[in-house]
Amino acid sequence: MIKIRNLVKKYGNLTAVDNLTLDINENEVFGLLGSNGAGKTTTIHMLATLLRPTSGSATVNGYDIVSQSAKVRASIGIVFQAPSSDDMLTGYENLQLHSMLYSVPRHARRQRIDEVLELVGLTDRKHDQVKTYSGGMRRRLEIARGLLHKPKVMFLDEPTLGLDPASRETMWKYVKRLVEEEKVTIILTTHYMEEADMLCDRVGIIDKGRIVALDTPTGLKAGLGGDIIRIKTKTPNAGKMVAQLDFVHKVEQSDGFLVLSVKDAKKALPMLLQHVEAESAEFASPTLNDVFIQITGRNIKEQAEGGFMERYAKYD
Amino acid sequence: MQSTISVEDHLTKIYALWLREFKVFMREKSRLVASTFTPILWLFVIGSGLGAANPSTAPGVEYQLFIFPGIVAMSIIFSSVFFGSYIIWDRKFDFLKSVMVAPVSRGSVFVGKTLGGMTTSLIQAAILLAIGAAIGIPFTPLSLVQVVATILLMSFGLTSLGLALGSYMYSLEGFQMIVSFVVFPLFFLSGALFPLDNLPGWLGILTAADPATYGVDALRHAMLGVGSNSIGFDGAVLVGYTAALGAFGIFSFKRMKAV
Repeated sequence: MIKIRNLVKKYGNLTAVDNLTLDINENEVFGLLGSNGAGKTTTIHMLATLLRPTSGSATVNGYDIVSQSAKVRASIGIVFQAPSSDDMLTGYENLQLHSMLYSVPRHARRQRIDEVLELVGLTDRKHDQVKTYSGGMRRRLEIARGLLHKPKVMFLDEPTLGLDPASRETMWKYVKRLVEEEKVTIILTTHYMEEADMLCDRVGIIDKGRIVALDTPTGLKAGLGGDIIRIKTKTPNAGKMVAQLDFVHKVEQSDGFLVLSVKDAKKALPMLLQHVEAESAEFASPTLNDVFIQITGRNIKEQAEGGFMERYAKYD
Repeated sequence: MQSTISVEDHLTKIYALWLREFKVFMREKSRLVASTFTPILWLFVIGSGLGAANPSTAPGVEYQLFIFPGIVAMSIIFSSVFFGSYIIWDRKFDFLKSVMVAPVSRGSVFVGKTLGGMTTSLIQAAILLAIGAAIGIPFTPLSLVQVVATILLMSFGLTSLGLALGSYMYSLEGFQMIVSFVVFPLFFLSGALFPLDNLPGWLGILTAADPATYGVDALRHAMLGVGSNSIGFDGAVLVGYTAALGAFGIFSFKRMKAV
């Protein structure tokens, strides 16, 4: 559905997207996971023909993003990071405008608009001006708008950025429904780990413009080699001792805790406690966040809460 | 057949973009009130004040009536060029991005937006014309046709200019500069407030270069039967300027960055 080959975007000396090669399959939900400035949005903008690549190529739905940009635009839907509807118009009017811009035939417009409104749960607010909508409703309207012309591919750029936890979960519900009912290929970018984990069939971790890991969420987590146990102990030389146990793969010291990698924490913990005396013990299965830290060496920082976020915070 | 479908498709998209401008305008009544009030203030305060001080400006015509065509032109200059700031708003709220990512040609985006701006200028002009009739401008069917044609040309050309300039700017503060360096010179040099005959040489050259000069002169011909050039000459120059500014607008929209 999407083929990306050696795609590069440079801004002066800064390489935002660095030799990206990636295939995205039909009807999958693909997540681009990365911190801010990793190149996610730049990649989406290039695929949506809003930005010209510096070099490399990509096809979307079989059309080249540079030489056949009009055909690419007609076959994709996109939800931008920031809501882009006209808030002086009603939800219905915004959809009407875009159904005309996307050449939805006149006789089909009304029905299609009603369908997408229903899909995102905005039917009873359709005649209200968008400026009266909450942040979550605005995002859902954008999704409805992106679906009007039945695109083959849908881009969702940080669909839940700036939403409160409850709106975020509602949004996830609608994205899942979209996958079931509309049969589109979805590419979403996010820096929320749970979001990628919850929604995506495959996840590509992007760092400094490069894909550094690519697998299913389960596969990525399995790649870390099992569970993590954290214990606090006063047993002298506990670290050296547990390192010799054959079910312990790796030992690290962190903030007075011993952090052990094991295959299955539920079995390993009782055995471990026969060897060391623990003041406290806890275990966890790896999250995508652990995968991210492991691969990039950094925690994913939610640093976007700058000017842009504050502008939209009031809508929630 | 293929081409008729495509023409209809373009027109639908232009209509959609125009309709959005029109609806927004109709919902922002304060915009209409504010932008109509200023010309009325000029007409009555400057018209009566300066008219009383120097009644001989335009022989045979009362000063207030003499500047009336100039005030109509002023309203068009201000509202048309100012409309360019709305492209910056569209960019700020990412609406522009959502239009640019749709399968719509930049030319259609430009035409739709320009028609939207023209509509707002025309509504204001219509209000002023009604006031003109009330204060004694002798409209005839022929003069009304000439007036409307002149207003259409001026507003198309100047809305194009405003949008073209707006397409290069990213901040509304930057657009304020346009007001000082474009709007006021266009207005003051147009002869809206004084006759063009007997000007000092340098001022004569500047007024001759101002497209609005020909609009004011054509309006004055049509409404009062006085003017410096022939109305045919005014019309021809206006058509030329309008075509050039329209081309500048389309060129600017084509090279405008989407993100």
